[in-house]
Amino acid sequence: MGTAAAGVVFLVSLVVVLAAVHVPFGDYMYRVFTSTRHLRVERVVYRLSGVDPDAEQRWSAYARGVLAFSVVSVLFLYGLQRVQSHLLLSLGFANVKPDLAWNTAVSFVTNTNWQAYSGESTMGHLVQMAGLAVQNFVSAAVGIAVAIAVVRGFARRGSGELGNFWADLVRTVVRILLPVAVVGAVVLVAAGVVQNFHGGTEVQTLAGAHQVITGGPVASQEVIKELGTNGGGFYNVNSAHPFENPTSWTNWVEIFLLLGIGFSLPRTFGRMVGDRRQGYAIVAIMTVLAVGSQVAILAAQLAHHGTVPVAVGSAMEGVDTRFGVPDSAVFASSTTLTSTGAVDSFHDSYTSLGGAVLLMNMMLGEVAPGGTGSGLYGLLVLAVLTVFVAGLMVGRTPEYLGKKIGAREVKLASLYFLTMPVLVLVGTGLAMALPGERAGMLSSGAHGLAEVLYAFTSAANNNGSAFAGITVNTVWYNTALGLAMAFGRFLPMIFVLGLAGSLAAQRPVPVSAGTLPTHRPQFVGMVAGVTLVLVALTFLPALALGPLAEGLH
Amino acid sequence: MTTQLIKAPGGTAPYPRQPGRVGGGLLDPAMLVRALPDAARKLNPATLWRNPVMFIVEVGAVWSTVLAVRDPGWFAGLIVLWLWLTVLFANLAEAVAEGRGKAQAETLRRAKQDVVARRLVGWEPGAPVRSAVEELVPGPRLQPGDLVVVEAGETIPGDGDVVEGIASVDESAITGESAPVIRESGGDRSAVTGGTKVLSDRIVVRVTQEPGESFIDRMIALVEGANRQKTPNEIALNILLAALTIIFLLAVATLQPLAIYAKTGQPGVPDSVALTGDGVTGLVLVALLVCLIPTTIGALLSAIGIAGMDRLVQRNVLAMSGRAVEAAGDVNTLLLDKTGTITLGNRQASRFVPVGGVEQAELASAAQLSSLADETPEGRSVVVFAKTEYGLRERSPGELVHAEWVAFTAQTRMSGINVDGVQVRKGAATAVMRWVRELGGHPTEDVGAIVDGISASGGTPLVVAECRDGTPARVLGVVHLKDVVKQGMRERFEEMRRMGIRTVMITGDNPLTAKAIADEAGVDDFLAEARPEDKMALIKREQEGGKLVAMTGDGTNDAPALAQADVGVAMNTGTSAAKEAGNMVDLDSNPTKLIEIVEIGKQLLITRGALTTFSIANDIAKYFAIIPAMFAAVYPGLDTLNIMRLHSPQSAILSAVVFNAVIIVALIPLALRGVRYRPSSASTLLSRNLYLYGLGGIVAPFVGIKLIDLIIQLLPGMS
Repeated sequence: MGTAAAGVVFLVSLVVVLAAVHVPFGDYMYRVFTSTRHLRVERVVYRLSGVDPDAEQRWSAYARGVLAFSVVSVLFLYGLQRVQSHLLLSLGFANVKPDLAWNTAVSFVTNTNWQAYSGESTMGHLVQMAGLAVQNFVSAAVGIAVAIAVVRGFARRGSGELGNFWADLVRTVVRILLPVAVVGAVVLVAAGVVQNFHGGTEVQTLAGAHQVITGGPVASQEVIKELGTNGGGFYNVNSAHPFENPTSWTNWVEIFLLLGIGFSLPRTFGRMVGDRRQGYAIVAIMTVLAVGSQVAILAAQLAHHGTVPVAVGSAMEGVDTRFGVPDSAVFASSTTLTSTGAVDSFHDSYTSLGGAVLLMNMMLGEVAPGGTGSGLYGLLVLAVLTVFVAGLMVGRTPEYLGKKIGAREVKLASLYFLTMPVLVLVGTGLAMALPGERAGMLSSGAHGLAEVLYAFTSAANNNGSAFAGITVNTVWYNTALGLAMAFGRFLPMIFVLGLAGSLAAQRPVPVSAGTLPTHRPQFVGMVAGVTLVLVALTFLPALALGPLAEGLH
Repeated sequence: MTTQLIKAPGGTAPYPRQPGRVGGGLLDPAMLVRALPDAARKLNPATLWRNPVMFIVEVGAVWSTVLAVRDPGWFAGLIVLWLWLTVLFANLAEAVAEGRGKAQAETLRRAKQDVVARRLVGWEPGAPVRSAVEELVPGPRLQPGDLVVVEAGETIPGDGDVVEGIASVDESAITGESAPVIRESGGDRSAVTGGTKVLSDRIVVRVTQEPGESFIDRMIALVEGANRQKTPNEIALNILLAALTIIFLLAVATLQPLAIYAKTGQPGVPDSVALTGDGVTGLVLVALLVCLIPTTIGALLSAIGIAGMDRLVQRNVLAMSGRAVEAAGDVNTLLLDKTGTITLGNRQASRFVPVGGVEQAELASAAQLSSLADETPEGRSVVVFAKTEYGLRERSPGELVHAEWVAFTAQTRMSGINVDGVQVRKGAATAVMRWVRELGGHPTEDVGAIVDGISASGGTPLVVAECRDGTPARVLGVVHLKDVVKQGMRERFEEMRRMGIRTVMITGDNPLTAKAIADEAGVDDFLAEARPEDKMALIKREQEGGKLVAMTGDGTNDAPALAQADVGVAMNTGTSAAKEAGNMVDLDSNPTKLIEIVEIGKQLLITRGALTTFSIANDIAKYFAIIPAMFAAVYPGLDTLNIMRLHSPQSAILSAVVFNAVIIVALIPLALRGVRYRPSSASTLLSRNLYLYGLGGIVAPFVGIKLIDLIIQLLPGMS
């Protein structure tokens, strides 16, 4: 079997299994969020934290819950890193310096997991487990909770209420993330991923040199890293490290895990709004965009111009031979299509057009299928904007799922849509305008620019993968990227919850032959088209000076 | 038949109207020229800022003018010229749209001369008129509640209701219809409009308007678009356009440091017209920005709104707010009164059913004779039917000099004739049967069966009987009266159904009759034996389900329902209360027009959506023109994007700017006329518009920019 054919089999098998799994898993999540029963462990959590899980919240209360929880999380994580040398299991590592601690705290709370440090040489086991791993669960759960609240905005009939944030958060962790993570961790351990508390094992290499290999609770963190679209690796080289991702089939499992929730939530959405076809339409949009991206990156990686790629038949630089070019490309595309940011190959070494595809994946707003929860609400905002323009063309005040898209809805959707490009463009512009920051670039010319553009795109979209090639562990980058991550996560959440609130307050308009159908292929094509065109229009000038300048010849 | 509000000199034909299609206004090139001074006035930034997209273009034009003055050249001059033209063309679109309304307003103002009113003091309706004291007051000083007397030849000084008398009134000043109309006290035809003229008789009017807020004042304001409020959907669209503008503003602004970096990285590349060591030149940055922000829809948005209202005015419909016009496009349920809307005004004879061996011709003759003295529409229809179906010449009462005529009255419910010893009667079944029995006759069983059969089918049976001297009376047969559904209504309702609109017929008839007509006309539902409160309940029920309801009405009874409905169209012949309650007034008082109003509402929204899509889709081609022009010098690979193979960077940038300006003028007729609209389902409409304006919007600028480039490359400064 040729390289390309192997890649195609790898990709197709993922599509088939995801297609099979998204229905039962989506249905399961539907039951989790519509059930009126509380588990005993959940009741204990509610009693300890003093919340009433059955109290309905309006959008503002829901948003306050999200923000309060996240602020407390950032402070806790920051504190933990700043005093880690005094804590257990510190492995002797020093306290983390303030700007890096801020960056890392924000990074893990925002589900970004941008790492301006090397995990194995900076963070002790306690910080990894009580800090970072916990955030891997709860930051993913916050995204899912917000998505569910947004879906309720479409489903509710005039009540204006979006559910209860605390109940959604706890249920997501207890009933969805933990069970899957436990099973997934066992599978990974069986496949050879390490899970221990060893500080470091000193070995003598074949060449006679001494090497210290850090062990640790890797499998438990690895599984939630993918499942929760977090992406923060235990080791600096992330999923390219054999302790994190030992074989070709664990590679497949990890990709499957990071796509699983994203592709299943549309089913949950369809069930909650009472029309499965709407869910199919959303998952179809995600699929069209994702498959398009996968095909594009495979093409770019396997058939790129340039001396080396032509000589070896594909772009091997920065790719682990365990996985090969196609499987690595699928991983890279999946990690940027979701907000994961885990890597099993070196994105900076990708062909320039391949790098452009990765950038574009994130610039789409990570909606295909996107981060846990954030992908769904991001795509719903795009659907709202599409419905607004297209709905006018059928001669009615636009409506989506029976809810009218008026001035308030357009305002909030536009604000949501504006946030990410503003952060990326202003951040990149500033970095390029400041001579000191340009000095951090290790590459020159168009490739150097692509590295800076990638860093801000990754941060503002809460992806966390790095093109690398620039020194980002500086006060300026730690601060700026931290801000980009925080604003890129929470501003859109506030806007989309506001949107959901105003939708929830509306009574739905009954469907008639005059209603724009939002479950047909026509609509799928339209949302995909709008997503691509809006992104192309916004970022094309910047892309032209980065990867396109490099890649077109 | 609709007439134009204002007949143009030379008598332009009334608006051409094909069934099922909303036509549009025409664009006279002379109008463009006439609107130029107004367009130039609109360059004033103090007014232009209300259109953020065009305001940004103007700011850009000012800045590039400064740059061009400091560093003159052919390229700079041409760019500056076309930037200014872009703003001017946008203003032109608005000015043309307003210009059409201004001409109409002018004519209306002429109708509104100041009149002196004859106010009655110390008089109440019903009191003898001689007891009243008259005083002369200027029309504008009249207060609501004042009573004024108007006699033949005088102009009515203000809006109000007739409280005494009856008069024929010439309302051509507002309706354009020259035939006079009758206005009388009491009932549903009591409203009079200020500025119209009493032709005969004398009426006393109770003024209902506040000073300066007459119907004509409101009409003038409406057609001029003077205090035009943005409609909800227009506001939403403006927000989206503002967001897009901000994004492009940022994309262009943040490009500068990136460009400087790119340029300094390649010191060997000489400065070009677009890119120097200081980054992209100001002129080219402005050009890029103007090409990217949605100028096309930004320029045409307000013209589309004004033209939409104008299209209604041309159909003699006055919408009191733009919100109502938009709501018309959203309507889910149409409530239509049966009489006058679905059926012709009255029941008509449609069949003669003889009984007991009577000949058809004999029955027809008797029916005709007995109906000659019946002046009700039903009676007239019997005479007409006898003539058209049986060739019976209409006999006038004068021909039968010795005949004794029995006129129809509400008490007897019969009409007839006594001539040459024969009495013929025609009338309501029960009344005629009683008459027959009184004269010794015994109606047979089958008469009852026929009568019941006609009733059951929703028709009205009229029995014809005769009594010859000395013999018992006998029934000759039955006339079948039925409602005649207007032609083409079934097709109209079919279209409505395709548009997703449910039609409900409202009638005072019994459910049986109502069902028969509803089936024949093809409406979706009906409300029989409807009282005003039933209508109100129906509207509320529909609205509770999230539906928007439209209805027409004219009586005072209708006022609450008109106010409750999302779109309430009051007939101009109706009462002031009805006109106040509705949010539209139909000057032609044609209830069928509700359907057209819905179509115009939809067309307005479609035009906005189509041009927005077109405007955004245009950007793709502009990128392919401008990006390689800016950066191909530093990164030759980017020349791959120059797929149009444009002549030079200068010509490429200028072509994009020129296309951007020219497309505005090219689309003005479309904005004024509205896009073609045929009633059909949402998905059909969407496919069509998506191909036309989405795909068309992507392709058109590629062709356009290339063509412009072919010409422009011949200009100096293009290489």
